[in-house]
Amino acid sequence: MFDDFIVRAFAAGIGLALITGPLGCFIVWRRLSYFGDTIAHSALLGVTIAYAMNYNLTIAVFVVSCFLALSLLFLQRRTRLPDDALLGLLAHSVLAIGLVLLGILSFIRIDLMGLLFGDILSVNFTDVLFVWIGGGIVLTVLILIWRPLFAGTVNIELAKAEGLNPDLATAIFTLLIASVIAISIKIVGILLITGLLIIPASASRNLSSTPIQMAITSSIIGVFSLVTGLQTSMIWNTPTGPTILVITLGVFIITLIPMKKLLISKNKIKS
Amino acid sequence: MQNNLIELNNCGVVRNQKWLVKGVSLKVSQGEIVTLIGPNGSGKSTTAKMCLNILKPDEGFNTIKDDIRISYVPQKISIDWSLPLRVIDFVNLVIKHKKSEISDSLNMTGIKHLIYEDVRNLSGGEFQRLLMARAIAKEPHFLVLDEPVQGVDYPGEIALYKTIQEFVKKINCGILLISHNLHVVMSQTDYVICLNGHVCCAGTPKTVIKDKEYLKLFGNNIDPTLAFYEHNHDHEHLPDGSIDESKKV
Repeated sequence: MFDDFIVRAFAAGIGLALITGPLGCFIVWRRLSYFGDTIAHSALLGVTIAYAMNYNLTIAVFVVSCFLALSLLFLQRRTRLPDDALLGLLAHSVLAIGLVLLGILSFIRIDLMGLLFGDILSVNFTDVLFVWIGGGIVLTVLILIWRPLFAGTVNIELAKAEGLNPDLATAIFTLLIASVIAISIKIVGILLITGLLIIPASASRNLSSTPIQMAITSSIIGVFSLVTGLQTSMIWNTPTGPTILVITLGVFIITLIPMKKLLISKNKIKS
Repeated sequence: MQNNLIELNNCGVVRNQKWLVKGVSLKVSQGEIVTLIGPNGSGKSTTAKMCLNILKPDEGFNTIKDDIRISYVPQKISIDWSLPLRVIDFVNLVIKHKKSEISDSLNMTGIKHLIYEDVRNLSGGEFQRLLMARAIAKEPHFLVLDEPVQGVDYPGEIALYKTIQEFVKKINCGILLISHNLHVVMSQTDYVICLNGHVCCAGTPKTVIKDKEYLKLFGNNIDPTLAFYEHNHDHEHLPDGSIDESKKV
C-alpha cells in the first residue's frame, strides 16, 4: 500500500496535521507565532550539518532546533530583552550561520526550494514512520503536560502557587515544537510550517468556545486542508505545500463569517 | 509550630539592588485570618508571593507545611482573547472538580448563573467573584487573597467578605488577605500587618462599634463585617520610601 507515493503523501500529511492542531493552539495562546518561525529558520543549519556529516536529516534538524529552543529559554532568564527581540536575534543569526556554513562546505548542494517549501510527494516510508511514531509521542507528551501547561498559559503565578510546575511544562512544550518542526521539514518546508501551526488554530478559535474544542477543531481543519490541498495540487499541478496553506487560509476566511448572527437576524426578520 | 501552615522568617526580596521588602516575619495557622495592609508598592504582593513560594526570599527563609492544598487569588489576571475559556473551565484550571462542587462554589459567590459564560464577557466584579469561586472550590488549607474586593462595589465587598467568613467557618482554613484599604479590615481578622518595605506596625483590629472616632466619621452605617485598624507607627517614610531618621521616635 505504501508503494504509492500519493498514499505516502496522504499518510505523512494527515499525521502531521493531527499534531500541528493542538500544538498550534498553544502557540497562538502563548503568543509564540514568531517562535515557530525562529526554529524553522534554524532548520537550514540542521540540514547543512546533516549533509556535511551524512547524517539523518530529521534528527539533525531536531538537535539544532532543540539547541535553539533551549538557548531561548536561557536568554529569557539571563536578559531583560522582550521575547520578540530575542527571537529575532536568534532567528536571523542562526539563519546566517547556516548560510555561512553552507558557503564554506561548497561541495554540498542543497535543494533550497525543497527546503523552503517542502516536497510532500517525495516522502519515503521512513518519513511516514517518523511522522506517525514521532507525532504519537508528541501528542502523548502534550496530553500528559496539558494541565500545568494550560494553567501556566492562563496565569503562571497562579499555577506555580497551587503546586503545578509550569516552567518544566514550558520547557517540554518547547522541545515538542522543535520535534514537530523537524518532522515536518520534508513535508511542508520551513516557510510553511509556521503557517500550518498557526492558521488552523486561528480558524478554529472562531468556531470554539472551550480550549479542548479549539484543539480538536484545529486538527480537523488541518487534516481537511491537507487532504483538499493535496488533491487540488494534483489536479491543477500547483506546488503542494503552498496549495495546502492557501486552503487553510480559505477555511480561516470562511470561519470569519458570523453564522450565528446571520441565523439570529434571519429569525428575527421572520418573527 | 505544628499548627503553622506557612511561616516567613525575616524574609526579604532584592530586585535591581533595591529591597522590595525586607525583614518580614509572619505566620498563618489553621483557622486564622491575617491581613496585610500598606500603600501601593509597599511589598504586599511580594510578601504574598514569598508565602506561596512563587518568589524565593533573598534573605531569611520561608516554610510551607508539606502536603497542604493552597489556593491563590492573584491581584490581576488578564485572559487573552485567543483563549476560549468558560467559567466552568476556569474553575477546573488546576484541579478537575465534580460538577456539584463547581456549582456550590459558584453559588457561594453568587455567579452560578454564569457557569457556561465566556470568561471575557464577565464584568470586573463578576470576574473577581469567579477568582474567589475557583479558589474555594479547591477547599484549600491555605488561601491567599490579593485584593479580592478590587473593582467590587461596597455592598459587593461586604458580600464577598461574608463569603470568606462563611468559608473559614466551614472548612477552617488559614487565610492571608491583602487589602489596599489602610484603615478598614475584615472584622474577623485575627492579626493585621502594616507593610511599607518592612513591617511598620502590627496588631489586632478594633471592632468598629467600640471606636468613637470612627463612629463620628461614618455613623452607624458601617457593616459589622468590617473593622477598624489603628496604626501604631514609631517612624515616618520619606517620599522615596526610606525611613525619615529625623522624625524617628
